[in-house]
Amino acid sequence: MKILVCISQTPDTTAKISFNAEGTEFNNAGVQFIMNPYDEWYALVRACELRESLGGTVVALNVGPAANETTIRKALAIGADEAVRIDADPKSAAFVAKQIAEYAKSQNFDLVFFGKETIDYNGSEVGAMVAEHLDLPYVSYACKLELNGNTATLERDIEGGVEVLEVDLPLCLSAAKGMAEQRIPNMRGIMMARTKPLNVVPPASFEEPVKTVKFTLPPAKAGVKLVDPENMDELVRLLHEEAKVI
Amino acid sequence: MVLVYAESPKGQFKKAAFEAVTYGKKVAGLLGVPCVAITLGTNVSGAGELGRYGAARVLNIADAGLNQLDSQSATAALAAAAQQLGAGVLILAHNSTGKTLAGRLAVRLNAGLVSGVNGLPEGNGSELRVKKSVFSGKAVVEYALTSTVKVLSLMGNAVRPESTGEPVAVETLTVEVPANRIRVKEVKTIEGRVPLPEAETVVSAGRGMKDPANWGIVEELAEVIGATTACSRPVADSHWRPHHEHVGQTGIAIRPNLYIAIGISGAIQHLAGVNNSKVIVVINKDAEAPFFKAADYGVVGDLFEVVPRLTAAFQRFKASN
Repeated sequence: MKILVCISQTPDTTAKISFNAEGTEFNNAGVQFIMNPYDEWYALVRACELRESLGGTVVALNVGPAANETTIRKALAIGADEAVRIDADPKSAAFVAKQIAEYAKSQNFDLVFFGKETIDYNGSEVGAMVAEHLDLPYVSYACKLELNGNTATLERDIEGGVEVLEVDLPLCLSAAKGMAEQRIPNMRGIMMARTKPLNVVPPASFEEPVKTVKFTLPPAKAGVKLVDPENMDELVRLLHEEAKVI
Repeated sequence: MVLVYAESPKGQFKKAAFEAVTYGKKVAGLLGVPCVAITLGTNVSGAGELGRYGAARVLNIADAGLNQLDSQSATAALAAAAQQLGAGVLILAHNSTGKTLAGRLAVRLNAGLVSGVNGLPEGNGSELRVKKSVFSGKAVVEYALTSTVKVLSLMGNAVRPESTGEPVAVETLTVEVPANRIRVKEVKTIEGRVPLPEAETVVSAGRGMKDPANWGIVEELAEVIGATTACSRPVADSHWRPHHEHVGQTGIAIRPNLYIAIGISGAIQHLAGVNNSKVIVVINKDAEAPFFKAADYGVVGDLFEVVPRLTAAFQRFKASN
């Protein structure tokens, strides 16, 4: 079993989000970066579980600068066998997908994992793009994956329920809650991660079809309007007349 | 022209399809081109009704494999249609289906993609500018699409479906569709209330409820205002409520018009899943609860008294309106 897990680095959930004065670039100053939680908790852990039960190799891949190697080493500490860093600034989903596909196309992975989305751009785009580049089936928001020989049985979150499906490997999928439980790397894993291979690969060329014009912060909330707990008719009136939501 | 994929789960259109067609009509109006809706599968009923929402033409690709979602077959069908019709813009809903297809379609059509747009674009056929919410609602980004073909997926509840036109006749479009590689075995949906990602009104409760046996007051409130019920992560993790009700960063991200949070402190991970709601009401006995900072309306009080009072107030409101 040869498994690729694509990991992204994102600002921590609690990070304060700000941009440069022109609104063209994210302001990194003072921001703590983490492995995108869905990539870590669900995709990477399930990949490691499958390798533990079936044998094989788990490769963690990140498209990013050398500064991302802390995040990549964490993926190795959690259980990936080796890592690949494609040495480029991850400018857009389309760019990242192209880089992943260029690397993966000659590697014959049985499974290519993504998280359901990243917590920064919330696009849920990369997995589907890679699947198309590689001409592989794609299952998004998978909350369960079992393998029986060459056949995968999956459950996938849909609006108001789940879809149960079967597909033969190879396969691309994005992982959602339910796929696995978060693992905290142990000391042995952290020590081993230091010596596991981390290959740096140059990026492929790519023409960007989407330009970022500018980032803005949403208008600040006017502040909470407190309503007397004895007077819920007043709250209903405000929701009807002022907020116009009922 | 603007091509809109109108999704029909189990052959039926839902709000997401009407929103997408309404949005498509507005984009087509901006560009001065027609809006065409496309439907997939042999089980689609009532497709002509999409004309009411602004589709000048409604097309159907009648292939039985498309009755279920296989992203490769659906992408092949939609991309072939877009090419045959010369679509400049392709629009989908940003839901579980749209997220499966949009990236594939963008690659297949060599198109720029912006997923989860939440407002109308500006510009023209050669450069289209669109905005979306990023960083879980903490920022907004504007993108410029300059590719020949542009793919947009539309966030739910971002536009209100507008039914002002007339039904149109459904035409059949024939394109080559590959055999499915995915075999859908079963679709398990929870019947009853509107699914959380689509809900316009959500009533959500947290640990302040103290015990799962106390949920009756939350359900009564939801019943009276036609809301979908939700819960915080600790509540789902303690199995007080089913996991499909968990809203927040790891659970479901929602964007209703009205979100009523009862006995939820408002941890940042919870806010990440709900702060795209248009109006937030927080009911909590702790005036220092961080959720009040993100709220539009707040009630500081004992939820066991406030919630039944609010339910009664809504009942009086309904009776007099």
